[in-house]
Parts: sequence; structure tokens; C-alpha cells
Amino acid sequence: MDLTKETLEKIEKLVPRYPTKRSAVLPLLHLVQEEKGHISNETIEWIAQKLELEPINVYELISFYPMLRDKPIGKKHVKVCRTLSCALKGSYKLCKKLEKELNCEVGKTSEDGNFTLEFVECIASCGTAPVVQVNEELHEGVIPDKAGEFAQKVREGV
Amino acid sequence: MAAPETKIILKHADNEGYDNSIDCYMKHGGYEVLKKALKSKPEDLVQEVIDSQVRGRGGAGFPAGTKWKFIDYKSGKPVYLICNADESEPGTFKDRQIMYKDPHQLIEGMMITAFATKCKLAFIYIRGEMFNGARILERAIAEAREKGFVGDNIGGSGYSCDIIVHRGAGAYICGEETGLIASLEGRRAYPKIKPPYFPAVMGLYDCPTIVNNVETLCHVKHIVDIGGKEFAKIGTPNNTGTRIWCVSGDVQKPGYFEYPCGAITLGELIYDVCGGLYPGRALKAVIPGGSSAKVLRADERYQGKLRDGTEFDWSINDVPLDFDSIAACGSMSGSGAIMIMDDTRDMVEALANINSFYAHESCGQCTPCREGSLWMKKITNRMIHGKARKEDADLLYEISKQIEGRTICAFGEACAWPTMSFVSKFKEEFEAKAEGDDAPKGEASQSKKDSDYSLI
Amino acid sequence: MVTVNIDGKDIQVPKGMNIIEAAKLAGKEIPHYCYHEKLSIAGNCRMCLIEMGMVQKDRETGKVITDDEGKPQVRWMPKPAIGCGTNASDGMHIKTNSETAKNCQNGVMEFLLINHPLDCPICDQAGECRLQEFATDYGRGYSRFVEKKVVKPKRTVLGPRVTLDDERCILCSRCIRFCKEIVDDDVLGFVDRGSYSTLTCYPGKKLENNYSLNTVDICPVGALTSTDFRFKMRVWFLKRTKSICTESSVGVNTTVFSREGQIYRITPRQNDEVNDTWMSDSGRALYKEVEAENRLRRFQCKGSSISSSEALIRFKEIVATGETAYVGSSHMSVEEQYLLKKLTELHKGPVYWLQHIEEGDGLLISSDRTPNMRGALLTGLIDNLPGDDLKALGQKIDAGDIKNLVVYHEDVLKAGLTEEQIKKVNVLYLGTHVNETSKRALIEIPTLTAFEKSGSFINQQFRLQKFSQAIPGPAGILPDINVLTRIITLLMGSDDTVTSLDLIWQRMKEEIKEFSEVSFRGMPETGVLLDKSRFEHIKFPEGKTLHYEPKNR
Repeated sequence: MDLTKETLEKIEKLVPRYPTKRSAVLPLLHLVQEEKGHISNETIEWIAQKLELEPINVYELISFYPMLRDKPIGKKHVKVCRTLSCALKGSYKLCKKLEKELNCEVGKTSEDGNFTLEFVECIASCGTAPVVQVNEELHEGVIPDKAGEFAQKVREGV
Repeated sequence: MAAPETKIILKHADNEGYDNSIDCYMKHGGYEVLKKALKSKPEDLVQEVIDSQVRGRGGAGFPAGTKWKFIDYKSGKPVYLICNADESEPGTFKDRQIMYKDPHQLIEGMMITAFATKCKLAFIYIRGEMFNGARILERAIAEAREKGFVGDNIGGSGYSCDIIVHRGAGAYICGEETGLIASLEGRRAYPKIKPPYFPAVMGLYDCPTIVNNVETLCHVKHIVDIGGKEFAKIGTPNNTGTRIWCVSGDVQKPGYFEYPCGAITLGELIYDVCGGLYPGRALKAVIPGGSSAKVLRADERYQGKLRDGTEFDWSINDVPLDFDSIAACGSMSGSGAIMIMDDTRDMVEALANINSFYAHESCGQCTPCREGSLWMKKITNRMIHGKARKEDADLLYEISKQIEGRTICAFGEACAWPTMSFVSKFKEEFEAKAEGDDAPKGEASQSKKDSDYSLI
Repeated sequence: MVTVNIDGKDIQVPKGMNIIEAAKLAGKEIPHYCYHEKLSIAGNCRMCLIEMGMVQKDRETGKVITDDEGKPQVRWMPKPAIGCGTNASDGMHIKTNSETAKNCQNGVMEFLLINHPLDCPICDQAGECRLQEFATDYGRGYSRFVEKKVVKPKRTVLGPRVTLDDERCILCSRCIRFCKEIVDDDVLGFVDRGSYSTLTCYPGKKLENNYSLNTVDICPVGALTSTDFRFKMRVWFLKRTKSICTESSVGVNTTVFSREGQIYRITPRQNDEVNDTWMSDSGRALYKEVEAENRLRRFQCKGSSISSSEALIRFKEIVATGETAYVGSSHMSVEEQYLLKKLTELHKGPVYWLQHIEEGDGLLISSDRTPNMRGALLTGLIDNLPGDDLKALGQKIDAGDIKNLVVYHEDVLKAGLTEEQIKKVNVLYLGTHVNETSKRALIEIPTLTAFEKSGSFINQQFRLQKFSQAIPGPAGILPDINVLTRIITLLMGSDDTVTSLDLIWQRMKEEIKEFSEVSFRGMPETGVLLDKSRFEHIKFPEGKTLHYEPKNR
């Protein structure tokens, strides 16, 4: 399994901290996904072997947890919140506008591979609705009128 | 006029110049309470928490001290502490403030709890989406470990307990305590049947486990600081301590505010603290405890008897914000997330939004919730796209009644109560949909498909 | 034992027994899907919801509080509880058919059916489908669902013998629990979430362990189906016969499903002392031997067909000419072995026996791959473990001591005899299938498989178990006990051909002391454990299996 030394070191330090090996499966999946971008079958088998599990035990988790993905995504992962508080502040309109601005269909990755636009459930910042999370950064108060300005910020650094 | 906030938990968090480092925390008296706790007997600390009558702040409102008393020490198995930082209840964003801005308060509260309940190892299960939050907590724990407040031989007391920050991966059901435990064990987050899997008896790895919310664990620090009985004086009997209320939706100044239980009414919060509604709008509905709580209709009169026998007769603005009063009005205070909707909102569309959430988040283990949540979503989706039928209102209500109480975990109630309450309180809107009446009642009707504020 | 009140009636049940079993004792059915008595409790189908309450006891005295009429006051739980997850304790009250319970059943039934495809006309499970049965008994009777159903993969090949239809799956997880707990082959799991959850194997791995077809048995709906049985026959046309699997000395109890003389499938029969509710896939496939290409169907002499009566007469004539050795088989039933013993006593000659040992799998296939070696011990044909080969017999043949060789169901060439040695004797073969020995036999007498006759076997636990005839044998073939009896009576010079299992058992009870208390007709379903003290000195080859522990060697 082709991982960086840094990631491998983190993994080696992490696994013994847990009382059982199986508990480390989610953190391991996060670490590999952060480096590789998604979880391939090779990853699943490698993790299963490392933690003395069957591949199905790891495979089950990929589709259960929305943050784990089995396909690569765009450079910028744009997640717009759709739950009630953000919807009340216009997140539906915002999402439609971003689809046009970023030229990316919601739920998919854009053709140029730069953006993945997702309409996700509550990100726990309802007081500053509507919120959008781009990769690891949370952007608050992104009302539909500001969609163009926001899309510009997203395009930066791509 | 509303009383000013009583900031105990958020005392320092938003102050100018306060950061989340341990030096700043200790400059403000941090970890003194832990040092004091380490000199006490664990049983005495538990007693303080029982005396404080503090109730869980995660949503269930179960008295924390009582929960701790259920721990099965007789089995000889190691005891684990889990901080439930998987804040996913729609409308809630209070734990985020504590973890990002004042993480050491949480760590101190956790270490006191761990010592009091003789835990072997503690975990913080934080939402996967809170990347920075996890980093902040890891750094804070490292700082605390360096100073001897976490890890081996804490404060020279001989007691050792480490904290592991465990990131979730985007499932709401991981906020349910047994779902969290299953996820921590490395499995799909399927909640467990109770009996026999009560966490205090058979929790993580089938060992006794305490699962508490972030805010609750922070309160533990303050309880041990001033004493349980003193703490019980804050708020009202059986509704002690302060609570952080999160307000969102159709108000001018949404945000989070900390008040003692019962110190402020809903009307005061909305109009005095949050700047009221937008001009020209009237209050229509309030969800007082996160989307799982039953909705309260604004133009309804709330009458009945409280636990101590006193009778009440309130308009929605008069409802005091605590556990029991809101429960007496037929809802629950849940996670303290108050969602306001004004008269431009179509209740069917609001319910469709909520039902989509629950259908997406259902884990799929037990039949009523798995099939029922998706069914309700399909019905409300169909209704908001113009194909409502007359019988849909009653059908929705009956489906929700078939889910409530029949499931493995409280997600069944969580997905059933919104439908149950929206349909019963706003039945006329649901029935009107069948007559092709898409526009909601109200003057400034903005909730149309292409408007900025559409929920479709 | 504790007292539990079910629907108004008190009943004594063992403490801790779960309520579904307790209700069964009281004669009531609580419908359920995910609960299985041999697997762990999942509690996820919610079909067994019942109302539960406890009698109220005075806190200080501990006495039960009663109302004016003397009936105990019951505090009913506010929410219904699942029957499978509730354990009986003293003073528990259960309502299985109250308004609430019926409402729960209607509700869960409705939820199970809303995404279930309308496959009954093409689904193998029809006729033995618990969804059909409980929908009729506990369902609302009409549907209120007008939306689109969830679509999932429909013909997944999970393994070489199991096909999966994901839309029919009700996500009870019985198959996953079975594979993990009973077979220790954790290969199945759920992917996706909510109503889109789908059963699957890891891509590349298959459900191919030798117990995979048990998942088809326990699947309450038609999601997991046997690829072999798929679309072959409707179950309500099939006749069920109780039988015993001949794969090994475990003696797995089976049910043979047949129609008009043809077998369609075999499933395990519950016997908590032997095989619980499981059997191996390889054991199920044994019915194919009935119609195998190399089935022996005709009485033959020197290769040409003759009538049965003529064959038996010639058999007797040849045997009577000189020293005859006998090679018997542990595939013979107890009754046949008894008759063979009588034959060897009448026309004395050495008796040889072969053992067929392979590695056991620790579950339901023991290392002894014959069903009735102990029958040979009890009937006196052998007095210790048989050997692996017939070299001793070969030596006797070479020395010219043996003129005739009666071979019952074995291949002596595989067991060490050489071509030359075979040529030196007259081989008289009795068996079900053609093999190298039968091809060189002077007389071939076809016999019946265990599916075509009745009798009994003695398994590794020394348990006597009956099996019954499921289908008639090929035309003209006589039952083994008739063949052996005729040979005996011919040798005795009598014309008597009458025999029956009852007659044989009458004599066996008198002659074999372990059978003296046994009633063949009245034997319980789970078989009869026999006294094995006569054989304590023998070091039996079997290792541990599901309900068998070998004695310390």
C-alpha cells in the first residue's frame, strides 16, 4: 500500500491507543482518504489486514458514512447545507446559483475536475445560516445574493 | 424586558483577547477545579452532581447524576467515558462554540468526570466535518498532558486517564449514545437494543460506559467548583443550571445565548434578545428543541398543570425556557435549538425539508424507522410538488404514530414527532395542498419556488 | 421456573427464557422475523412487539399488591417491548393480542410491504414465506402506499449455490449472524444506509462455505434462494419425508422434499441433540446420487440381465460352493447389517470391514464419512474399528482360502485388492452404483439408496435414528432387507420370503441387549441414545463437532 511515511507513522501511533484494533478503522479510513482523496478497494483490503478484520467489515462502513467516498472528487469540495435553518435563509436558491457559477451539477464533480458540489445535511452552524463548507473551511452567512462573490472565492487557488 | 445573559460556560469564550490556549485558560483560573476535585473522594463528587440535579444537555434531558449512579462497578470491567461532541441536531450549534473557543473547559470537565466515575479511558467523539475542532481539541489535550492534567498520574494524584479524539464521518445517528458506541467500536452505527445494552452496564466493548454531552460535562466543572447544592439554586427546581439556547430561522439576530433555566421566556428571547422578526411578519411556528421536537403553533394558547401542580395559561411568548415548561406545552427542550418560522413559511415545505433530513439519516436497522421515514419523505415531497391528495394529511399522521415508540432507539420518535406535530397543528395547510392551493397564508408571501427563500 | 401471565393465563416457564419461546409453550404465536433460537438476538424487525407489564410489589414487604378482586396490580410499560429481547421473570404479564399489540403488528407488516416487490408469482419462497403468512394473519389487509418503491439489484450471485434478490430482503440480518456465529465465515454485510441498505459480499469474495444453503433456509423471505432449487417446483406440491443424512456419522436429521418419485431438495430437520437446525451443503447434494449416470439398475449375471429371483437363486448357489468372505459397509442400515450377520452365521466366513476417514470440519461433518459404523459393532459384524485396507483379505485370497467374495457397497480394488486377486474369486456385488468392483462381479444385485427405503442408523453419539422412504426405487429393485432375507431363506432351504422392519426389530430386541428397551415404531423424533458401555474401550476416530465431544484419548 503506497502511503507517505508521515501517514504511516500516524497510523502506527494511532492503532495501539485503542483498546481494540477494530476501533481504529474509522480514523485509519480518514487518514488514508486525506492522503489519497478516496478509498479504493486496495485500501479496504490493506486496512482489513492491518486490523485483523474481514474486508466486508471495512467495506460496510464506506457507504454508511457520507464523508467516506469511494470515488475521487474535485479539488474543492463545496458542501451547501440544506437543513431547515439554512433553507429558511435561502440555501436552496444558493445551491442552484452555485451550480451555474461553478458549472457543476449538484451531487457530482465538475467536468474540469475542479469542484464537487454537494447539498448536505446540517453542519451545526445554524445561527450564521446559510453556511457552506469548502474542504475544511466553514463559510458563514453565504446568502443567495452573495453567490457570485462566493463562487469567485472558491475558484481562487484552483 | 429580558434579563441579561448569565454566562457561566460561555463566560470567556467570546471575550476580546481570549484564545483557546492553555496559558490563557490557566490565567483565568483554569484547572483549579480539577486540582480541587483530585483531592476529593470520587463518591463525593458524584454526590455533588446528583445534588445539582443537572440534566443532560444533549437532547434527552436525563439527570446526569442518576446516569452515573447506574454504572456497573461490580462487573470489574473497565469504565469508559465518552464525550458526545457529534453535534448534528438541526438547529444546534452550541457545542461548536465551546470546543472551538474554550476547549480546556471541556477537558477539565471531562477529567473531573473521569476521576469521579473511575474511568480508565475517555474519548471525545467529534463530528467528522469539524476538522479544525478536532485539531483544536488535539492541541489542547497535548497542552494539558504536558502540564500533567491529562494522561498518567494526573496532578500527582496517582489517577491516570487519557483522552482520545475520535472523528466521526457524517452520520447523525452517531449522536445516539449506543449508535456512537457502535461507531467507536468500528462498526456501522447501529444503535443497540436496551435491554440489555444500557451503556452504564454494557456499553463500549460491553463495558460500563458514560456518554455525556459537551455542555453537560462543562457544567460538571462548575458544579464541583461551587458545590452541587449551590448549583441547584441556579435556574428552577428540577431545571437547574444555565443552558445555551441556539436561535436560528426567521429572526433578525440569530445566535447562541446562555441563560439560567426558566429565567427568560420565548417571547423575550425572540423579540428582546434576537431582534424580533423581520418587518411586516408575524410569528407562525416555533420548534423549541431541535428539529426532533414537536412544533409549537404561535397563535395557540398553552394551558395545563406543571409538575408541582401550579396551573399555567400561556401564549407562546410566555413560555419560559427550561425543560419542564416546554414539555408541559407538548414539546421538548431537546438540545436547546430554537427554530423560528414566520407567516411567510409554508408548513408543508418546512416538514418536507425535515423529513428529507430524517430519511437520509436513518440507519436502516429497524423496520418502522427505516421504511416509515422514507415513506413520509416521499409523501411530503409529492405534496410540495403539486400532487397532494386529501387523505395525505391523515396518512402522514398515522404513519408517524406507527413509528413512535416502536423502534430500537429514539430516532423513531425524532422522525415521527415533526410529522405528528406539523400535521396535527397545521392540518388546514396540509389539506389545502390537495386543493391545489400552493401559496401559504400570510401577506408577504415569499415562499414561492423561485424566491430567495424557497424551501424547494 | 417462574410464573408468567400470558394473555390472562398463568404459565410456568424457565427463568430467563425469552418471551417468544414462552408464548410458544403457552400455545400462542408471536410473529417474528429476525429472531432465531440458535442465533444471537438482533431485535431489528420489530414484529414481535408485545405489551409487557410487571406486578407491583410493596416496596417494604415485597408482597404483591392486589386489587379488590384479589388480582395482582400490574404496571404496564408505556411503550411496547420486543418479545425476543425480553426475558421471563417472575410476575411478568404479557399481552400478545391486545389492541396495541395488534396495532404494532399491522404497522410493522405495512412497513415491510411498502418497498417489497410484487414477486409472489415468481418467488420460490411462496408457500413457505413468512411475509405471506404473517401478512395474512397479522396484516392490515390493504395497502396505502402510492409512491415509487425502492429499486435494488435483483439477481446477485452471492456464491456458487446461493442467489440473492436484494429487493425482497427485509434486512433481518439472520444470514449475517449465521455466517459469523455458526460458521465463523464473516463474509456477508450491509452496505448503504436506511431503506437503501443492501446485503452483499465484499467484491471478489463469495458466500461459498459449505453451510451457505442454511442461509437460504433461515431467510424468512425469498431474498436468498438456492440456485439449485430455483424455479424448479412450488413447495405446496412437495411431499415431506423425514430422513437422515448419510454424509457422515453425525447423522444430521433431514427432510426430503419429493413429488411423484422425484426429489427436489433436502433441508435440515431440527434436532437439538444432533444438528440444531443446520446441515452441510454437500449433504444436501447427496440426493443427486439417485439419478446418477452410474446407478446400478439391473440384476446381472456375467454382464447380462436376469430376473431378480433368478439372480438370488444363483447367488445362493455360488455362495454354497465354498469358502465365502464378506466385505460389508457402514452405509448399510442397522436392519440390513443384522441380516448380513445372520447370513455370515448361516454360511460361515470371515467378515471384513473398511473405514472411510477424512478430515472432519468441526461442525456437522465428522471424520467418519459413513452413517452407521456403530451399527456394525452392535450387530456383531465387527468388534473393533475397521481397517483402512483389505490386505489381510488379499493374503487369504492368494493363499487360496477364499472362493467367493460377497461385496456390499464397497470398492475392494480401491481398498487394496489387486486385479489378480479379484480374478481368483467369484465376486458377488450388492450396491447402488457401478464401480470397478461391480464391473468385475459375477453377480450384480442393485440396491436402494437411503432415500428409497426405510430403516435406522446409529450415529457417533450412539444415537439410534430412523429414516423413512421418500421415493420409490428404480423399477424392479428390491429393498435390501428383502434381498438378504431371501438369500438366507434360500440357504436354509425354505420358501419363506416374508420380512418387514417390524419382524426384524422383534428379533433384534431379543438378541441385541442394547435394543431390548427400544420401540422402533414409538421412537421419539430426536432418536434414542443407546448404551455404549460395551464399546468404551474403542478409540473412535471422530473429533469434535457441533454436539459431540470425543472422549479424552
